[in-house]
Amino acid sequence: MSQFLDRIAAGELLISDGATGTYLQMNGLEPGGCPEAFNATRPEVVRGMAAAYFEAGSDMVETNSFGGSRYMLAKYGHGDRVEELNRLAAELAREAAPTGCFVLGSIGPTGEILEEKGGTADSGEMYDVFCEQAGGLAAGGVDAVCVETMSDVTGEMQLAIRAVKDTTQLPVVATLCYDRGPRGLFTMMGDTPVSSAEALTEAGADVVGSNCGIAIGDMIEVIAAMRQATDLPILAHVNAGIPRIEKGEIFYPDTPEFMAEQMQRVVEAGANIIGGCCGTGPDHVRAFISRLRGGTA
Amino acid sequence: MVELADIPNEFIRAELDEFVEREDERTELIGLYARAAPHLLEIAAAIISGRNEDADRLTCEALGSGTGALEVMDDGLIAGMALVGIKFRENFIFVPEVLACARAMKAGMVHIEPILSESGIEPLARVIMGTVKGDLHDIGKNLCIMLMRGAGFEVIDLGVDTSADEFIDAVEEHTASLVGMSALLTTTMPNMGHTIEAFIDADLRDDVKIMVGGAPVTLEFADEMGADAYGDNAVECVEVAKRLAGIAQHRTAR
Repeated sequence: MSQFLDRIAAGELLISDGATGTYLQMNGLEPGGCPEAFNATRPEVVRGMAAAYFEAGSDMVETNSFGGSRYMLAKYGHGDRVEELNRLAAELAREAAPTGCFVLGSIGPTGEILEEKGGTADSGEMYDVFCEQAGGLAAGGVDAVCVETMSDVTGEMQLAIRAVKDTTQLPVVATLCYDRGPRGLFTMMGDTPVSSAEALTEAGADVVGSNCGIAIGDMIEVIAAMRQATDLPILAHVNAGIPRIEKGEIFYPDTPEFMAEQMQRVVEAGANIIGGCCGTGPDHVRAFISRLRGGTA
Repeated sequence: MVELADIPNEFIRAELDEFVEREDERTELIGLYARAAPHLLEIAAAIISGRNEDADRLTCEALGSGTGALEVMDDGLIAGMALVGIKFRENFIFVPEVLACARAMKAGMVHIEPILSESGIEPLARVIMGTVKGDLHDIGKNLCIMLMRGAGFEVIDLGVDTSADEFIDAVEEHTASLVGMSALLTTTMPNMGHTIEAFIDADLRDDVKIMVGGAPVTLEFADEMGADAYGDNAVECVEVAKRLAGIAQHRTAR
């Protein structure tokens, strides 16, 4: 049994990290540049990011491998470096991790739609792509894999979960991205928080949850709905609000204090692990800890 | 005044009754379907159900029976996609279903397009679309393009990672009146503004209408960038494009 899952099972609230992309852009990643290439070209930045989150009090960080699938890396001409860039992502975070803290290997969407969902991607090929990425992350020493920002619960997400399970012994965290429409919260493919929590539980995920897409008010609703549908631990990685532009710069409106206050409600709704997504940073993590652990961190 | 019962197709009557809730849209669609020939409503029904083999066959049959290509397109294919768009906007159907409908639409359009271009019939408007420089995420843009084509626009797809120069060159080459830019990453969103500035610098800004969209893009952001319009989703993208095309045609009056 993994130590990561043991601590959640013991009833502990775990604090995750904040955004990766936002941090890397503030540290030299050009808009539209390949974030994963930084694992090879700017290892000190990637290691420093993990260190900054651990220093802020995170119990875990995610690796810089969100777009580390062959599909995504190929768009930057790095399709032949999947193993290397994912292994490096894991190693760099591991190097910064204090004893007792965790490294979650991030796997984001492939950017493809499966044939059976009306797109062009072959499911066998997509499965192999996930196996390859999971293999690299495992080789670099991650404690668990976090498949995140997914929209296709019964297709792409299920393939990813199975690929990680078949390739590694690691626990799988599986989080989905919802959007608010006129009839409620849905993934792009039409799953609700309830239907997806059920499907993820059935698919063998160890932790389920949601990240990105919506502001924290909607996230409270998502987590509460998922909690009704599963007994598994739940993770929420929340954006710092809906971005807007000010003086030509992207600006995320939700302050660490505001988010920390609302995060209390995310936990009450049923989350076992909380953290930030786009627009959040170490200051947000510090505020979460101060609020949710009564300033003991 | 035409009523629901005047639509000569049971499936479309039921679909419209169940899924179209806005009064203005009900009235408009009832008018459209009630005046359409029954064999063209069969095509619309095939589109709405995502049956591409039927759409293919029925379109061929309609053209073979002497119905004009424009009528088949407007009262069959586009009429079908109109209902699909509304169902999608209102969360009754989602991306997989829309993709199936778009595929059926395409199966019909294959037979229409050569006839239209041979007879020199111009499309509603010519649109240049792409994701902005640095952005490789094209699912949303592709969905918009399918629905735009489904509404009768001619779309030139520049794909992903499109530089300002590529947008400008395409507008000049195709004499397009509309440009659609998409971004999924917040980091690439400012490139929408840079592209718009490039159109100003090239002295082409007044010749085109520019619309923007993408998950993190907002109306507020679009305004600040100096875009002409913003679409929150693929259906709005089509509505916005129709509105802009009207304006653009009026202004240029070629």
